[in-house]
Amino acid sequence: MIGVLQFPGSNCDQDIIHVINDVLGENAKLVFFKGSNLSDLDGLVIPGGFSYGDHLRAGAIAAKMPVMEGVKKMAEDGKPILGICNGFQILCESGLLPGALTNNHYLKFRCQWTELSVENDSSAFTSLYSKGDVIRMPIAHGEGRYYCDDKTLEEIKENGQIVFRYLNNPNGARHDVAGLTNKQGNVLGLMPHPERASEKVLGGTDGKKMFESMIRFIQSRT
Amino acid sequence: MDFDVEIDVKLKEGLLNPEAKTIERGLQLLGYKGIKDFDTKRAFAFKISAKDEHKARTEVDEMCKKILVNPVIQDYEIKIKHEK
Repeated sequence: MIGVLQFPGSNCDQDIIHVINDVLGENAKLVFFKGSNLSDLDGLVIPGGFSYGDHLRAGAIAAKMPVMEGVKKMAEDGKPILGICNGFQILCESGLLPGALTNNHYLKFRCQWTELSVENDSSAFTSLYSKGDVIRMPIAHGEGRYYCDDKTLEEIKENGQIVFRYLNNPNGARHDVAGLTNKQGNVLGLMPHPERASEKVLGGTDGKKMFESMIRFIQSRT
Repeated sequence: MDFDVEIDVKLKEGLLNPEAKTIERGLQLLGYKGIKDFDTKRAFAFKISAKDEHKARTEVDEMCKKILVNPVIQDYEIKIKHEK
């Protein structure tokens, strides 16, 4: 069972459940941030949206909620955790992923399709892609500019943690980073929305393989 | 004792601040040609009850580290005044 973690202000949770349950025929359920036990879950998706109204910094308040202790435990146990858009911001703010996401250099909310290159096809979320693939997924964010210091950048490059890079950087992200994993490769955060690119009717299906890779990873663990 | 707290939060030096850059360009377009190094910062203000100033500062510093500031991109400064 995959959980989709819902905070006040999350708004992509139902889209992700739709893709996993209706498009892929697998099992996902909504997990409310309060009073939920994560220990029976095999994987977790932290969806996009505007948790806590994006106040303070995008993802900052959600990242400090007690439920995140359970998320950290899942990560330590090697379970796959996927943070999309606001979910990526939450993962960075919680320290599960290195670096930070801040205002786009363009200063505006950007909502458009982007092209990404697959830089690593051995993570829990990219095994069904091939390194060098160019895939299309939409972005929708105002605070998506990835930043980390020089030392961290060298480390994440060396460890193969940068999984997706923009071909045409839409937000000023350092090193064109669109998505990165933790060192172990079982926690991924990315700004583009795979759930909005999982059905032909939405304009593209390149995102579907991310959920399929995640499901395959879960099956390989059990 | 009640203390007045102010926290100034700024982006770390060298980090692009698109808001400040845009305002700077706007001012220059208005004819203020001498402007450079324009910056913006964020301030938090609140009151806190604590035994003494040291205790208050320790608690506020903990809040900054825990949630109010992101040390990857931001620096901060705490100002504490005893409320009269």
